[in-house]
Amino acid sequence: MGNIIEIKNLTKRFDKVLAVDNISFSVKQGEIFGFLGPNGAGKTTTLSMLATLLSPTKGKASVNGFDIEKQRDNVRHSIGMVFQDPTLDEELTAYENMDFHGRLYNVPKNERKKKIIELLQLVELDKKKNDLVKTFSGGMRRRLEIARGLLHEPKVLFLDEPTLGLDPQTRNKIWAHIKVLNKEKNVTIILTTHYMDEADKLCDRIAIIDNGKIVAINTSANLKNKIGGDIITIGTNEREKLLNILKKYKFCKSFKEHNSSLTINVEHAETRVAEIVKLADRNKITIHTLAINKPTLEDVFLYYTGKTIREEEATPEDNFKFRVRRMRR
Amino acid sequence: MTGAIYTLWLRSIKRFIRSKSRIIGSLAQPLFFLIILGFGLNSVMSLPGTGSYVKFMVPGIVSMTVMFSSIFSGIQIIWDKQFGFLKETLIAPVSRTSIMFGQTIGGATTALIQGTLTLILAMFVAGLTSFSLYGFLIAFVFMILIGLSFTALGIAIASKMEDMHGFQLIMNFLMFPLFFLSGALFPLSNAPIILKTIAHFNPLSYGVEGVRYGLLGTSEINPLLSFIVLVGFTVFIVILGGYFFKKVNA
Repeated sequence: MGNIIEIKNLTKRFDKVLAVDNISFSVKQGEIFGFLGPNGAGKTTTLSMLATLLSPTKGKASVNGFDIEKQRDNVRHSIGMVFQDPTLDEELTAYENMDFHGRLYNVPKNERKKKIIELLQLVELDKKKNDLVKTFSGGMRRRLEIARGLLHEPKVLFLDEPTLGLDPQTRNKIWAHIKVLNKEKNVTIILTTHYMDEADKLCDRIAIIDNGKIVAINTSANLKNKIGGDIITIGTNEREKLLNILKKYKFCKSFKEHNSSLTINVEHAETRVAEIVKLADRNKITIHTLAINKPTLEDVFLYYTGKTIREEEATPEDNFKFRVRRMRR
Repeated sequence: MTGAIYTLWLRSIKRFIRSKSRIIGSLAQPLFFLIILGFGLNSVMSLPGTGSYVKFMVPGIVSMTVMFSSIFSGIQIIWDKQFGFLKETLIAPVSRTSIMFGQTIGGATTALIQGTLTLILAMFVAGLTSFSLYGFLIAFVFMILIGLSFTALGIAIASKMEDMHGFQLIMNFLMFPLFFLSGALFPLSNAPIILKTIAHFNPLSYGVEGVRYGLLGTSEINPLLSFIVLVGFTVFIVILGGYFFKKVNA
């Protein structure tokens, strides 16, 4: 299938802050594509540009074949948007919020009613359709917004931090809904997140974005493979002796010594464990514990940016950028 | 375009009907003004024309209701901004102009409903029983113009404001002066020259005078002049409001 989104050298500068720095990539039709990065990395700014809410400083992008600057209304018809902060009218009912949206997007009257009910069923809110939104919980609101974003049958659905501030149970539910929508409605989904597990569980492909630049873009599995395989942690009292032995073997890529354990980076760790245990046994080294860990996206992020996503969040520079971004909204 | 305007209008009406306490609250204030000020000052005021001060006040109180509730409706956009709903409308494939028109017409409609309710109650309270359908229509036309122009003014102000902190300022430095210096509470002909001059720069004066001509048959400003000035002001402020609203950041 073809590309539904094409981005070329897209750049956005706010006064002195370079929020998005010359990024280029494309998203395939039908994908769930994730933007992973800390707050202030440029995720929301990129999304806002694609949604025609912000004009790029430089560069080009197209959504569903329409230029984001020259064919705004076509782009707007092609996309559904769920913002980070709620955008519902609390004084209206769930149905009325949907109806308002349908009218603004010119969904014909006879279809409108049917589609609203169908979508509300999909996100399990059909029984609450005549309740005022101000009585809804955070998770219900998010689900309503997702349903609303799909009412005009967009080709692409943008989700900006879809589960920010929700409890784990609700997050799981929203993830399930996102997957179903992607399959049933065949809608391409682009989401931003700073949760590793969210990107890992949901996305077909992930772009890691840091300081306005895309530092890596690939499937979750490939991103993890790139950092040099799995991690084997061995607990032993004779770690130096073991280290000296294993150093001679090529399949052990790198080592790290800890108080009572040794971690080794190994590609396809499952196939090498037996060999390592045999070597230890032959040299009369007792192994107390042994664990194989697949690298997480946290490790991936660390590998590509040289810092963990939490450290990154705390730097004053990023906080500043975050504030700037908030002010713009 | 018309679809979007209607959609925004419909939302205003739905929200309005739902907020019963707001409707009652907004009726109470003008009635208090009318009953307390009107009857309190009735005996000491001698007026040319109608003679009764309470009757004289009715058009002023009605105009006040329409103006206050219009500005409130326009300023509602700030709440939409804060609650995020504005983004939902701004990202839709409709022009900003039609969104602004929809808001303006919606706000003016709800203001007109409140003005009409106040009018009915006020006529009853003031014992204003003689009137013509023709006069009523004239009053209505002026009420519509007050509604449209001041909703647009509210939108223009709200487009420039980030949050509701400035609202007290607007209330005290815009809405009350406009009301007090409009000939709503006292006849302009006997007023000191400075007040009179200010009142002639106040668009609400022409609204009040127009409504007064419709309801009481007398006015100090020629109703045709009032009409022309108010139409001019409405057109100007709708364009200005539309211009400011276009620049609002989502």
